Amino acid sequence: MTFRKYLVLASVTLCASIGDSLLSRGMKQVGGISVNHLSDVILAVLNPSVALGILLLLGFFASYMTALSWADLTYVLPATSLGYVLLTLIAKFYLHETVTTSRWMGVLLISGGVGFVTQGPALTRHPANPHLHEAGCEPAAAKDEP
Amino acid sequence: MKQAYTWSAIALIVLASTTGDILLSRAMKQVGDVGTLWRQSGLWRVLRRVLRNPNFLFGVLAMTTAFYSLLFGLSWGDVSLIAPASASLTFVTNAVAAKIFLHERVDHRRWMAAVLVAGGVVLLAA
Repeated sequence: MTFRKYLVLASVTLCASIGDSLLSRGMKQVGGISVNHLSDVILAVLNPSVALGILLLLGFFASYMTALSWADLTYVLPATSLGYVLLTLIAKFYLHETVTTSRWMGVLLISGGVGFVTQGPALTRHPANPHLHEAGCEPAAAKDEP
Repeated sequence: MKQAYTWSAIALIVLASTTGDILLSRAMKQVGDVGTLWRQSGLWRVLRRVLRNPNFLFGVLAMTTAFYSLLFGLSWGDVSLIAPASASLTFVTNAVAAKIFLHERVDHRRWMAAVLVAGGVVLLAA
């Protein structure tokens, strides 16, 4: 794993959690949308928070796809779950919400899970699987990437 | 009856998002390392390879199904049950599906990570 790859994983985490927060804040500013006025959903994009949230979620999708191009799904998903922890910290220190003991336990469990998975290899090598070695993939020499 | 609808929605969300993740992961492994490909052939070629991959298109379709299942689920049940239940179950089903369909080496570290994160998500929503 190179520094650039860790940056991509950080980008998945940050874009998803900040994008979700911005969308949530923007949609609360826009207010309730009635089924009879579905066109209001399109106008909601004009809200700066919603627009920035959508941009960040596009950034999340691009970095998630990039991470999946060189790492296993079972590595990327737990490694990027720190977003849940980040949201809890934002809720506690920025929004001044009360974070219960069980939520702090949840933060501990997720951090433990991220610690476990990032200690291991990021990619399983499949020497016999042609799908993995079509254009652009490295040769199937090593067993696992450290 | 409402309980049955809620859990059906959760099952559909988990199934659709696991299918989506598996298909997207397979698509990107077929495309190859995006960074290397970008340096060699440029961004346009990378985008074309990704967008023309059938697994990518079906993966996006499955993810869209998961999103709409979540919306329908939220109209029947509580967000405090549906969101954490589907998110945490998806971590575990992804580990099982990645082992079966992508032949990933899911060792004890990855099982522990999936279970710890799933448990953590449930506690965060408690």
